[in-house]
Amino acid sequence: MTAEALAISSEGLTKRFRGQLAVDHIDLAVPRGAVYGFLGPNGSGKTTTIRMLLGLAYPTSGTAELLGVPVPAGAVSVLSRVGSLVEGPAFYPYLSGWDNLARYDAADRSASSKSAAARIGQALERVGLTAAAKKRYRNYSLGMKQRLAIAAGLLRPRELIILDEPTNGLDPQGTREVRALIRQIAADGITVFVSSHLLAEVEQVCSHVGVMRVGKLVFQGSLPELRHTGAARITVATADVAAAAKVFGKLGLADTAQGEDTITAELGDAQPEVICAELVHAGVGVRGLSVESPSLEDLFVGLTGEGFDVDH
Amino acid sequence: MSTISQAEVPAAATGGREPVAYVRGNLRFFFNELRLVFFRRRNQLLLLVVVLFPLLIGIGLKLAAPHGGRGGGGPASGGAAFFNQLAGNGVFLTFIALSLLLILVLPVVIAVISGDSVAGEAGYGTLRYLLTVPAGRTRLLAVKYLAIVVWAVTATVIVSAVALVVGVILFPTGPVTLLSGTTVSLGAGLVRVLLVTLYVCAAMAALGAIGLAVSTFTEHAIGAIAAVMILVVASEVVDQIPQFAPVAPYLPTHWWNSFDSLLRTPVDTTTLWHGLLSFGVYAAVFCAIAWARFTSGDVTS
Repeated sequence: MTAEALAISSEGLTKRFRGQLAVDHIDLAVPRGAVYGFLGPNGSGKTTTIRMLLGLAYPTSGTAELLGVPVPAGAVSVLSRVGSLVEGPAFYPYLSGWDNLARYDAADRSASSKSAAARIGQALERVGLTAAAKKRYRNYSLGMKQRLAIAAGLLRPRELIILDEPTNGLDPQGTREVRALIRQIAADGITVFVSSHLLAEVEQVCSHVGVMRVGKLVFQGSLPELRHTGAARITVATADVAAAAKVFGKLGLADTAQGEDTITAELGDAQPEVICAELVHAGVGVRGLSVESPSLEDLFVGLTGEGFDVDH
Repeated sequence: MSTISQAEVPAAATGGREPVAYVRGNLRFFFNELRLVFFRRRNQLLLLVVVLFPLLIGIGLKLAAPHGGRGGGGPASGGAAFFNQLAGNGVFLTFIALSLLLILVLPVVIAVISGDSVAGEAGYGTLRYLLTVPAGRTRLLAVKYLAIVVWAVTATVIVSAVALVVGVILFPTGPVTLLSGTTVSLGAGLVRVLLVTLYVCAAMAALGAIGLAVSTFTEHAIGAIAAVMILVVASEVVDQIPQFAPVAPYLPTHWWNSFDSLLRTPVDTTTLWHGLLSFGVYAAVFCAIAWARFTSGDVTS
């Protein structure tokens, strides 16, 4: 894929903190128009990667491009086309929601002051904070803070939105709201790059995923591609396991395992209906036949490891 | 949305190159920064303190010298020669207030704003959002320093103005007898008040650069403010120790009180230029340190 077709790309992007590799040679490829879920447990290097993409942290080695512009060198020119939420919302507690957005808008040299009021109003409306616009930020609930941060990302027309753990600390309603917002943003043709440590949180909205594990990108591709990495297995219930095993062998199924009255194998490229026909043809009495794929959650856990900090 | 974005993005990209839009964008950010500084309750209280001090000093000195004769001997130990002149002319309250407030109050007021400038944003986490807006690191630093300078000038001018008004109300006015014994007209005296005020503004602007530099090294505003104050007090203490006389002229606070050169005839311009040179060098060096630090480091807040 050419650089033009990618909203985010990186080559060998690496960040080392005091000798420890936080991000280890990752090659990101986020197609334009995608909703890209950037997954991984806490501490796997997601936020550090995002900080490098946004020009906040400088890579130890490797290169990265946002919308075809190299960062951090071109960060100032490209970032006005990118909205972002990094490591939770951050605003001035003594200013109102409106004044906080006005502050960030004023800092943007390419934003027009004439349209500022209209744009701030629209952004607040989009996240449902119009009523709380004049309220001080310190009195906002966690969900409102999170939504204000997303509003800040929507102050300008953007081509790419980067959201780092946008649902962190939110209740189920808040999580749903954020998910709905992501869908809306994506429906406008904006590329969304969203990080999360929970697959379930992004599974429903993502078209692509990248999975991080201790600083390495262990998987990257579309959601169907991720599903495909999990080998589906066929299970046949029969009284004549030995005969079934012979048929499996003839069909070339791998990793056959025989139970008392069941036999399972990796499905591979074989068609279940063909296998069934072959079994019947060979005179094997089929009591039951099922095909099971591992859930995305299982695949995700398989990629990232179980439990906390197992790799540290 | 998507159609708007395609139409507006090229305009935004070229916006930076168009001179008028460029200047307007920078002014907007600068005024927003001023608003943030001057509308913050804490900072307004600091300005109130700056108003109260000259007022209290004036009232105190008036009470100490009720007969308009030789002024109370107590305050003269502060080292300035102009206490005795006050009884004869209210204009001198300006010089007294500035020299007294330069010891601690004005440095604190400058240290709070300058120490907080970058460290405060880092502490709130707003720094990372300003940079991803993107404000531009050098541009953000320039706006921060200009706002500090405006703040320093405001605080200093408030001290002068309040002291002048209080002095005129409480003490007699008329032709000003300078420290050298010569008498100049009231108008000429007021010009000297203005020049002294500008000199102190320059001193405080230089201190602001030190605060800005310190502020880029930490996420803790309080730490930065304390560090600036410790530096000021240490410099003042070292300046008093005769054994350190060879390094004294290079101390950041050494020339602050040299504005009394303006109260003599002829004016000792050599001392004044040394002072202004010192302020200029301190401002330049510490702005450079702030820039080098801020544009090269990772923002981890």
